[in-house]
Amino acid sequence: MTPQRQPSTGRAAGRRVPAALLLPAALGLFLLVLPLLGLLLRTPWASLPQRLTAPGVLTALRLSVQCATMATLLCLALGVPLAWLLARVEFPGRRVVRALVTVPLVLPPVVGGLALLLVFGRRGLLGGWLDDTLGVTLPFTTTGVVLAEAFVAMPFLVIAVEGALRAADIRYEEAAATLGASRWTTFTHVTLPLVAPGVAAGAVLCWARALGEFGATITFAGNYPGRTQTMPLAVYLALETDLDAAIVLSLILLVVSVAILAGLRDRWLGSP
Amino acid sequence: MTAPLLDARLVVDRGAFRLDLPLRVDAGEVVALLGPNGAGKTTALRALAGLQSLSAGHVVVDGVDLDRPGHGRWVPPERRRVGVVFQDYLLFPHLSARDNVAFGPRRQGLGRRAARERADGWLERVGLTGYGGRKPGQLSGGQAQRVALARALAVQPRVLLLDEPLAALDARTRLDTRAQLHRHLSAHDGAALLVTHDPLDAVALADRLVIVEDGRLVQEGDAAAVTARPRTDYVARLVGLNLCRGHADGHRVHLADGVSLASVDRVDGDAFVVFPPTAVAVHPHPPEGSAGNTWPATVVGVQRHGDHLRVQLTGALDVAADVTAATVARWRLEPGQRVWAAVEAGRTRAYPA
Repeated sequence: MTPQRQPSTGRAAGRRVPAALLLPAALGLFLLVLPLLGLLLRTPWASLPQRLTAPGVLTALRLSVQCATMATLLCLALGVPLAWLLARVEFPGRRVVRALVTVPLVLPPVVGGLALLLVFGRRGLLGGWLDDTLGVTLPFTTTGVVLAEAFVAMPFLVIAVEGALRAADIRYEEAAATLGASRWTTFTHVTLPLVAPGVAAGAVLCWARALGEFGATITFAGNYPGRTQTMPLAVYLALETDLDAAIVLSLILLVVSVAILAGLRDRWLGSP
Repeated sequence: MTAPLLDARLVVDRGAFRLDLPLRVDAGEVVALLGPNGAGKTTALRALAGLQSLSAGHVVVDGVDLDRPGHGRWVPPERRRVGVVFQDYLLFPHLSARDNVAFGPRRQGLGRRAARERADGWLERVGLTGYGGRKPGQLSGGQAQRVALARALAVQPRVLLLDEPLAALDARTRLDTRAQLHRHLSAHDGAALLVTHDPLDAVALADRLVIVEDGRLVQEGDAAAVTARPRTDYVARLVGLNLCRGHADGHRVHLADGVSLASVDRVDGDAFVVFPPTAVAVHPHPPEGSAGNTWPATVVGVQRHGDHLRVQLTGALDVAADVTAATVARWRLEPGQRVWAAVEAGRTRAYPA
């Protein structure tokens, strides 16, 4: 904000905000913030240090971070090329493909988990073959967690990267071509650096979504401590036995989420 | 006669617009493609670079077909030896000036070090020694233009294409950069094609002008020939002349509505006649003594033009007249006023249409 603009914004702020808009807006904010506030108020701060260092908590946290990171890497390896295809190549059925990519966004994660089970389960479409020929079992394993998280989180990355690719000036790619760069070299040396902020933002959103994944994970990978029990699953389990433990685990997830949002805001979203 | 380095007939159909332009450029020659906005200049340049495929026709460089839809021949842009300086330069924002210039040599298989050395050599040639480490965002418009030129030349193209290379520069930088560009274009041994809508750039930089309007070639020749004998209203306006078309018998050209103009040139048949706005006088009454070369007209507008005023006239002929401020004041020339226009016979030129 430049100093010269302040008087005008001051005058704009002086105009009355209609109550019909202000009231629901305040209620909406209340609805979003109050539960988080409740979490903070009920946190057992005195016993927090012991609870944080309890063996189960650290194991679940480590597994969560590892799986979310692996899932994000998988999404980057597959999702960036998919986004490029959607943004740069005209092919029949492109709109259908784009719609399919976004299905996991609206699909209840439990349904996603069930679908994964039907394909990769031991008696699933591919699962039996994977088990027989490669000896690979996916359900109820850590790899299964990664797969479930990638399934749910990939659309976030694809949408972010495709948006960045569409916004990027395609003429830079043409300039690269006139300088002798093949399409692949152009992608790696020009396109990717130009959309790097978009890819990074997509990766962070993807990672955050993977970290919080619950439904698909518990359906497809189960809830085995140390193997498939990520933080959200640990929260769910603790809820039945030890409320304070559940609160502490939730607090950790909340802190991580807020930290990510803050990082995103400063670096990539550039919101005013 | 040897074949030209670049031989093309560019036919591109795009909806209602059709570009159909024959183009030949010799080695060492600089040709300016001049035309109003929307004439198809940039489309022609894109077709030569391979960024736009032809609907028909051909692009041949050094005897090799780069695009010939009739025979299914197509060479993608990255395998054509064609360098492009884009209108807003399109320097890669994430690379330094040096790495921008080294980008092409790297793709030609040069190692990182050799490519950077070659880039430094080109930066030196365009007068930017010491600027290699700067990002495009840290360069001025004129510097960015020179980096773009160095980047295009560093791949040693057989054909160099420049799209409005000076359009984005302010007047002062433009003068310096134009002189520099002229030097580099003269040194380039391949063919060079310059797309511009500025006649000054075209005349200053090119050996030959090719004028396109609405996708078609309307006139071609060196600067002297084009400026002396414009063949369309667009070209006449570019060079600042009034152009009329009529039928000539000897020293007189008969134009619309019984108006005829005398000329020192002798022509028979369809003819153009041109005269500068300063050769047109404006009178409130029919001028005495001059039998021909005069007609009634209506003032459409009066505008400042250099150190005099330009009066747009309509009537039998639509022409511009340059008069002094005193004339305008004395006869209170204003839009809608009925006047008489007269052309000095000694300052008209006539030539076959």
